[in-house]
Amino acid sequence: MPKKTYRQAINEALRQEMERDPRVILMGEDVAGGMGSPGEDDAWGGPLGVTKGLMPRFGRERVLDTPISESAFIGAAVGAAATGLRPVAELMFVDFFGVCFDQIFNQAAKFRYMFGGKAVTPVVIRTMYGAGFRAASQHSQCLYPIFTHIPGLKVALPSNAYEAKGLLIQAIRDDDPVIFFEHKAMYDEEAEVPDEPYAIPFGEANVTREGDDVTVIAMGRMVNFANQVADKLAKEKIGVTVVDIRTTSPLDRETILETAAETGRVVVVDESHPRCSMATDIAALVAQERFADLKAPVKMVTAPHAPVPFSPALEDLYIPSPAKIEAAVREVLAFQG
Amino acid sequence: MAEITPVVMPKWGLAMQEGLLAAWHVQPGERIEKGRELCEIETSKIANVFESPASGLVRRLLVEPGTTVPVGKLLAVLAEPEVPDPAIDAYVAAFEARFASEAAEAAASAPQPRQLEAGGRRIRILEIGEGGVPLLFVHGFGGDLENWMFNQAELAARRRTIALDLPGHGGSAKEPGEGDVPALADAVVAVLDALGVERAHLVGHSLGGAIGLALALERPQRVASATLVAPAGLGPEIAMDYIEGFLAQSRARKLRPVLEMLVHDPKLVTAEMVENVLKAKRMDGAQAALERIAAACFAGGRQRWLARERLGALACPVQVIWGEADRILPVAQAEGLPATIAVHRLAATGHLAHMERAAEVNALIERFLD
Repeated sequence: MPKKTYRQAINEALRQEMERDPRVILMGEDVAGGMGSPGEDDAWGGPLGVTKGLMPRFGRERVLDTPISESAFIGAAVGAAATGLRPVAELMFVDFFGVCFDQIFNQAAKFRYMFGGKAVTPVVIRTMYGAGFRAASQHSQCLYPIFTHIPGLKVALPSNAYEAKGLLIQAIRDDDPVIFFEHKAMYDEEAEVPDEPYAIPFGEANVTREGDDVTVIAMGRMVNFANQVADKLAKEKIGVTVVDIRTTSPLDRETILETAAETGRVVVVDESHPRCSMATDIAALVAQERFADLKAPVKMVTAPHAPVPFSPALEDLYIPSPAKIEAAVREVLAFQG
Repeated sequence: MAEITPVVMPKWGLAMQEGLLAAWHVQPGERIEKGRELCEIETSKIANVFESPASGLVRRLLVEPGTTVPVGKLLAVLAEPEVPDPAIDAYVAAFEARFASEAAEAAASAPQPRQLEAGGRRIRILEIGEGGVPLLFVHGFGGDLENWMFNQAELAARRRTIALDLPGHGGSAKEPGEGDVPALADAVVAVLDALGVERAHLVGHSLGGAIGLALALERPQRVASATLVAPAGLGPEIAMDYIEGFLAQSRARKLRPVLEMLVHDPKLVTAEMVENVLKAKRMDGAQAALERIAAACFAGGRQRWLARERLGALACPVQVIWGEADRILPVAQAEGLPATIAVHRLAATGHLAHMERAAEVNALIERFLD
């Protein structure tokens, strides 16, 4: 099977869905690039080149460079979705969502409910998240817990290139608004990705490692860190189950609770801030539903409750690392009640 | 100087690029005989015991259990006691230096599956080997050409071999047509036509075995012989909980117990095998194609295409291989066949005899073709 990068996998998903369904359009800042200026069209393909090649293939009518006004083009995408298109809008950095939050949480997320199930809003908002890019506080946040909080939105966080293609195709075919989180430190990471289109269902977690001692529940880039820890500890005969939840909304409660109960020792790894996060959400779920099966308190590994630092040394300390995950696994293992 | 024998990570089929050494069955200083169990290796399909390719004194075990290493990597060194330790160390160092460059070349030249147009649809095939009447492998329901990873390369040493993905499976178009045994048999004939193959020896597993029987009965001029591994078509019974579970489960943890029904020893089912089945099922159109085939072949929980009454009309040599612990198609269906059909029952073997007992099945096929 061919190896492709996370970037190529996303590009391929967009291209195949645009070929399959003429209602799929792209819009965002510089998704083609070069609009209105002399020289090369499609100069950019997005700030990190993810949509490169799609404008020449599908034309300006389906790949729309928009003004630098998230409130305008996210609103336009939501409206286009409500009236029959299936737009994929790129909100360059998730950090910018503040200026278009009404369009997302008060409009897109509410249409199906407020129109008695008669309206659908099949919009996908692709966005970059995550620290490690030396991009400082305003371009490095995670923020997926905020979207997970809103009923009516679906939220996907692919953990590798294979997941990215399948989850994005599912997002585009889904009739509800989907916020699709791409970790900017993962665009060059490769995985085996089939050439054919395929969809990964939402709300079905993926158990990437199986072990008897500790359950690590993770999402997005943190899944890879958790896998590294599991592989390392396997050599010491410490068995770690790793659960990639894939989508924070809908959440696969069944797999989380089953795997938590099997080991009785749970670590939740979440790259976002600790308060009101996926880590607190999942920790509370496990504590409420499987308290009797727990052998140790649930441990959270998250970033601190602080903005992402610009100092490279501090940023490296800020991100949940394999070493921090390993320490947490050892801590829950050592716990004596 | 006495001989030093290297033991390397085997290559079981073309899809295998690396293997996970799960456990050693010997210790350094022990003597091992050729054919005895040396270690356990997990692959993308199932786990398998690796039998020592040579006899000798185990001097070095070079890979820690739990480690994944590429095909061809040095796993162990066998040599008699008179070979001094420094000579062994020098041999290992030289081997590993050479391996790095050779591995890159081998990867570049390995045969790859390809797609062709056959009967108006895209079919993926893998060809290995040259010469003679070709040997054609047809997998079962839900499988693909990589199911023959332990067989095809081995049997290709002496002849041309072709493995294909049935319509709706693997890398072939997800267009099964009617989806019943005659329709799938027509699709296989179309592949032979597209390749210009007049006659072939067939090896079919499960549903692929029924396809082999259909071809042997309906197109006798195209079939030189048929080896049927746990074939469908010989009795109405089939484990529908397997078929329904295979279709229904989309999570690895739920699919695993279903796939474990395929084998005698459930430990043979690796996480990667489960993941690969899920990936195949997720392909656009695959689920619908598999449901159509299941509905056409196993409607009402019974096999719909049966050849038992017509076996007397078979014109070519036929042998049947069946695991006695098969939980999908009962081995009792191998009873009462015409005396012209050789039946080989394998003890402590499930539905995947060609994977669980690859060496025995390969030897049976080689002898049969001779």
